Amino acid sequence: MALLETHKLNKRFGGLQVTADVDFAIEVGELHCLIGPNGAGKSTFFRLILGEHRPSSGEIVYAGEDITRLESHDRIRRGISVKFQVPGIFKALSVAQNLEIALQHHLEGQSLSGEIRRQLGFLNLAADADQMAGNLSHGQKQWLEIGMATSLKPKLLLLDEPTAGMSPQETHATGEMVRALRDEGMTVLAVEHDMAFVRQTATRVTVLHFGRIFAQGSIDEIMADDRVAEIYLGKGHGAPAHG
Amino acid sequence: MARRSLIVRLASRLEGPQTLGRGPLFWVGALAVLAAAIAYPLLTDSYTVGNTVYFFNWTFMALGLCVIWGYGGALSFGQTAFFGIAGYSYGVITLNYGGDYGLTLLATLAAVAVAAATAAVLGYFLFFGRIGGVFFGIVTLAVTLVLERFMAQTAGPEWHIGAARLNGFNGMSGMPQLTIPWPGGEPFVLMPDVPLYYVVLGLLVVVYLALRIFVNSSFGNVLVAIRENPERATMLGYDIRKYQLGAFVIGSSLAGLSGVLYTTWGQYITPSSMGLTAASLPIVWVAVGGRSDLTTTLVGTLLLISGFQALTIYGSQYALVFMGALLVLTVLAAPRGLVMALAWPLLRRAREVR
Repeated sequence: MALLETHKLNKRFGGLQVTADVDFAIEVGELHCLIGPNGAGKSTFFRLILGEHRPSSGEIVYAGEDITRLESHDRIRRGISVKFQVPGIFKALSVAQNLEIALQHHLEGQSLSGEIRRQLGFLNLAADADQMAGNLSHGQKQWLEIGMATSLKPKLLLLDEPTAGMSPQETHATGEMVRALRDEGMTVLAVEHDMAFVRQTATRVTVLHFGRIFAQGSIDEIMADDRVAEIYLGKGHGAPAHG
Repeated sequence: MARRSLIVRLASRLEGPQTLGRGPLFWVGALAVLAAAIAYPLLTDSYTVGNTVYFFNWTFMALGLCVIWGYGGALSFGQTAFFGIAGYSYGVITLNYGGDYGLTLLATLAAVAVAAATAAVLGYFLFFGRIGGVFFGIVTLAVTLVLERFMAQTAGPEWHIGAARLNGFNGMSGMPQLTIPWPGGEPFVLMPDVPLYYVVLGLLVVVYLALRIFVNSSFGNVLVAIRENPERATMLGYDIRKYQLGAFVIGSSLAGLSGVLYTTWGQYITPSSMGLTAASLPIVWVAVGGRSDLTTTLVGTLLLISGFQALTIYGSQYALVFMGALLVLTVLAAPRGLVMALAWPLLRRAREVR
């Protein structure tokens, strides 16, 4: 069953067509990666799903409900959550307070403080609970934001380049974490450039190019597609992708 | 039992991540300051006490701006609009219906409610219209200036609401002072001296403590989250417009309270109380004190108003230049506020000692 579908989704900025007739679906329990060269429309597609942009035409259906006209916060309340590319944390607040703000929707009192402690442990940030979030290392900020995004217990988690700026080891650890989240029952849609991450995690891959769905399939199918190699991966397949 | 647990929960919110000052040391200090404030009328003459009430009157508007701007991140340049609206409303009500039978107290509530309702309507269009950043400041400033201009041209006799003449640039005057009805005796008129001092001081303590609870509540958590990163706050499922509107209405009601207290204190209100100079001063008080905290705002505001008052003896223009210079100095040298910059090392040491 599809958790999220888009039907003929279009977004134009003036004369510029950024997404064009995107018919996309992500199944419950999938870990789906969205790749494509710069300017392919990946970020715009995310912002359309999140309600930060209004589509020029087309519709977005989430869990059977048309959410095309819903405000962003209403979509979040229905079970969509996001981790941004640049860590979207509250820098001047403590790490614990960042988590508290994310968790206070559905918890209070003892159970709230207990869950904050549990999350701090899970994110390896227990020693930094009272630290200003802005003082964390880049990797820790990414972890904190993933923690905040998953605190909402979303059904659909959107990850915008979750491994940007991470070392290969951190990237691998993030991949394991994302797989663990999927195993817990979350459906994950990630924009990612790091092909190692995509290979490690994705059950399905969609390639966007010039705002259109260019190819779709398993990572092996995508890697074997010469047209994809030409537009995105570089002819030599192994060449690193650029953000 | 339920009531008890509610009180305990509220009391626990008096301290929290959104307010400086915690632990016994802080509260002993706060009590000492309060005791000094209570003893103050015994040590000086009633004229000086009345003058101090004048200082206190403004602190409510400053605390309100601190909530809107310091905690919520929306710089309102037009809090004086709500100050004036409440002041004039108090005048219109009391000049028409008199001040007996506790009516001045009812008029106070009604005037603050008018300011709150105006803030709700204006805030609705601003926040739900997604007018943010510098444009929010420009629109709020424009509102207060338009009100000032409008009221200034109401000199003719045709400008009246019932028995209340608006009186143009000279303003409205002659409204009754706050009066507490006394069963079986003469009503108690709060002249601007010792009794009014204690009433306003009590009100200030209540408002200060209530705001500490408010900013440390889950609502306050969301408010600072919006200040820090509105997009993230939205993406945690919060309708940030409602929170911003809530803070704006609360802050503007406090500006309205200042307006009523000012009006009853001097028994007049003029359009210039909504003019550019008047609108700028609360920004200076709150910025120089340290806008992100209630206590530094309160201390900064009281210091600046009393300093301003002392300077006006030598010429009000110099005093304004001094205030402007102080704002520039704050922005350049201590963007978090001068009082905050001075208090910070002390707070850190207190934390280390503990």
